[in-house]
Amino acid sequence: MTSYLITGVAPLGGDPTDILLADGVIAAMGSDAAREALARDDVVTVAGAGLVALPGLVDTHAHLREPGREDAETVETGSRAAALGGYTAVHAMANTDPVADTAGVVEQVFRLGQAAGWVDVHPVGAVSVGLKGEHLAELGAMAGSAARVRMFSDDGACVHDPVLMRRALEYVKAFDGVIAQHAQDPKLTQGAQMHEGVVSSELGLTGWPAVAEESIIARDVLLAEHVGSRLHVLHVSTAGSVEIIRWAKSRGIAVTAEVTPHHLRLTDEYVRSYDPVFKVNPPLRTAADVEAVRQGLADGTIDVVGTDHAPHADEDKDCEWAAGANGMLGLQTALSVVQETMVDTGRMSWADVARVMSGKPAEIGRVADQGRPLAVGEPANVTLVDPNATRTIHRDELASRARNTPYAGMVLPGAVVATFLRGRATVLDGALNR
Amino acid sequence: MSRQVLNDSDITRSLRRISHEIVEKNHGAEDIVLLGIPSRGVPLARRIAAYITENETGVEVGSLDITPYRDDLRSQPMRAMGRTEMPLGGIDGKTVVLVDDVLFSGRTVRAALDAITDIGRPRRIQLAVLVDRGHRQLPIRADFVGKNLPTAASERVLVKLTETDGVDAVEIEDER
Amino acid sequence: MKHLLSAADLSLAEALTILDTAESMAQTQSRQMKKLPTLRGRSVVNLFFEDSTRTRISFEAAAKRLSADVINFSAKGSSVSKGESLKDTAQTLNAMGIDAVVIRHHASGAPHRLAETDWIDVPIINAGDGTHQHPTQALLDAFTMRRYLCGARDGAPAADGTTLEGLTVAIVGDILHSRVVRSNVDLLHTLGAEVVIVGPPTLIPVGAQTWKARISYDLDEVIRVDRPDAVMTLRVQRERMSGAGGGYFPSPQEYTRAYGLDAERLAALQDHAIVMHPGPMNRGLEISAAAADSPRSTVLQQVANGVFVRMAVLYLLLASDEGLEA
Repeated sequence: MTSYLITGVAPLGGDPTDILLADGVIAAMGSDAAREALARDDVVTVAGAGLVALPGLVDTHAHLREPGREDAETVETGSRAAALGGYTAVHAMANTDPVADTAGVVEQVFRLGQAAGWVDVHPVGAVSVGLKGEHLAELGAMAGSAARVRMFSDDGACVHDPVLMRRALEYVKAFDGVIAQHAQDPKLTQGAQMHEGVVSSELGLTGWPAVAEESIIARDVLLAEHVGSRLHVLHVSTAGSVEIIRWAKSRGIAVTAEVTPHHLRLTDEYVRSYDPVFKVNPPLRTAADVEAVRQGLADGTIDVVGTDHAPHADEDKDCEWAAGANGMLGLQTALSVVQETMVDTGRMSWADVARVMSGKPAEIGRVADQGRPLAVGEPANVTLVDPNATRTIHRDELASRARNTPYAGMVLPGAVVATFLRGRATVLDGALNR
Repeated sequence: MSRQVLNDSDITRSLRRISHEIVEKNHGAEDIVLLGIPSRGVPLARRIAAYITENETGVEVGSLDITPYRDDLRSQPMRAMGRTEMPLGGIDGKTVVLVDDVLFSGRTVRAALDAITDIGRPRRIQLAVLVDRGHRQLPIRADFVGKNLPTAASERVLVKLTETDGVDAVEIEDER
Repeated sequence: MKHLLSAADLSLAEALTILDTAESMAQTQSRQMKKLPTLRGRSVVNLFFEDSTRTRISFEAAAKRLSADVINFSAKGSSVSKGESLKDTAQTLNAMGIDAVVIRHHASGAPHRLAETDWIDVPIINAGDGTHQHPTQALLDAFTMRRYLCGARDGAPAADGTTLEGLTVAIVGDILHSRVVRSNVDLLHTLGAEVVIVGPPTLIPVGAQTWKARISYDLDEVIRVDRPDAVMTLRVQRERMSGAGGGYFPSPQEYTRAYGLDAERLAALQDHAIVMHPGPMNRGLEISAAAADSPRSTVLQQVANGVFVRMAVLYLLLASDEGLEA
């Protein structure tokens, strides 16, 4: 196996040093690295000057669409996009066709990820059979399968029946699982097209009120407290939601929260174009909500960034708003958006980025070999990013099969130069490395 | 660069002469309808009507907006439409005298003829213009002309009237 | 200005140009020969994805009076109902070489997509999109108000440049779902009028407090205190009484009691005040027969004026290849 000597790189943005990746682990750091490299054949030197080294990014939330919607994305194409985005592990949501509600389907997705080999794919199991919200799926079987599922979610749909949510929260305690909730009261959001507010009233689009998200989160944190279980809240998008989570944590409730890059970056003003590329669930919110989630991410109320990477075929976005599908691509642009909104504005350091995009996500998903510190002996899951580069995002140049990125034409900071998965370079010089 | 070719007295004299000629040619002012083509044809028609009325009775005045009938709408910047006001007696069986400031290619008059045909059936149609500057593109001629002005096609003829521009004058401007 | 998508896009100058041109068009329509040759050889497609006989006929009449050819495309029974997308429909029309599209669609923003994407490259005229905008309706409403509420207030043609400065207009009904009210609030504000929107709280959208209009839940108070010069009643759909959560209001009777323009409210209006309705009317629900048939009602004039306004819009957007420059 090729070893990699990364010279003069700044781990978590700190003082430049050398790092040697060999035999799947971080073999040496500092002055030891160059010396040890000499003792090995097949060492490739990677110039790290000006680059920041992060632990390989871990996504808590992506839709890889396989099985069922391979026209939009496959595990293979989604994994490539993830690797190019600096990811070494991705949690693949269960709303596939068939739904990932059995050991059979999660194992299939797990093996597709292994075969592709670009990132570790950790399938998320459905909470309810068929995502229908009626009966618990075989959570235990999925946990015990080769996929070793620990995160369960009906994402796409809300587990809105309070009794079912309670049972699910209780049940997963047996194997240290976590229920990840897509908080959306279905009755308050019937026919909803965009955030309910000033813009929706002008545009004549049915509103998705913030209270439909907040009321479910409020209920769920109290349920989690009552039964003593972990809860993970997906894609937090409103100021009210952040406040509820902050309150819950202050009471010692075991809740974690996630925010997407697009909710850090975009507001409902973008919907004025009526371009369905901006149609997403939960919807883009107001500037005040964007500020609140940024603050929440900076102060730790929100624990992780999850991309909610949601590829859609062209015909599902090339249409009038009402006919458009919900969701945006995210894997290849997430790190840049976080840099633009949080690091370049001085609200977070690269060490904080490592925490919210690698350490904490791995911890929530109970992925033991990812999100580890950059230290000798740890698995060699490393991402190198050039924070001073800029790139214009072109729809046709992304690795995803789909092209629904909201950042088309925008200039974003930062570029992933290299990604290493257990010491193997999946991305080198900003391109996939076979 | 522009030079004045008619001053206010010239214009008044021309219009008075035209008004006499109209009456003379038509053996009186009965059944004459002067239709001014907006914008400057309208005040000219009113002045001619006033001069005629000094000595004769029966002349009526109106305006005829020809914008919808123009043949150059597509290639020109959007033109606002003007108002068409027909006299109470209408134009059927009357002698309609179209009045405009400048006769050039003849296309405006062509459009006016189409417009009139859609509105009614006059007994005859005549044309009075303050200035005929030549360069006809259609077989159209004026019955009553204030002044014949030989011009180069590239020059611009500017007619100014008190009612629209605050002063009476006709100027020729070199096109750059 | 290449398209007419929203009343909010119109500056005062553009709005007045359209209204003044509509008056000139109206003049031509009192002749025996109502047809003008202005758009001869041009083809206009009525792309109607929603049923609407009256608006479609109005646009068709307007286009034909300008000698344009009209092609009617209605969604029922067409390839669209079989699943052809808006994009494919637009690209097909584009390939056929038509000159303008008048579109009515159930999805808010559909005309914007046609204008913004490269599917088709002709002027797009919004004939009503979802619950968003219906700009030609607001224009014909303003045209009507100019004639009945300005100058001699007798319905005679309005002078060029007449605005609605100093007038108060009350719009009553299902504000939440109405594209007519959104267009009217925008245009009336541009033309200088004050607007009061009236309805039950369940039918006033969250966010309406930022609109250029006062909000009231009390129609009688508005009539008494604001003394509106025009009361525009909007159609209330009976389907709104049922549905999730038991409907937007308890019963038609309760709605009519509180918000119906009945004989008493009619009598309380100022002498010169007019009663307007975009049609079709629910007689006895939002508007009483007495109000609908009273001499104050301008409902039929609104329909006639719609043709003049649409002639003006087609003329201004199509006659010159350069579109409307205000």
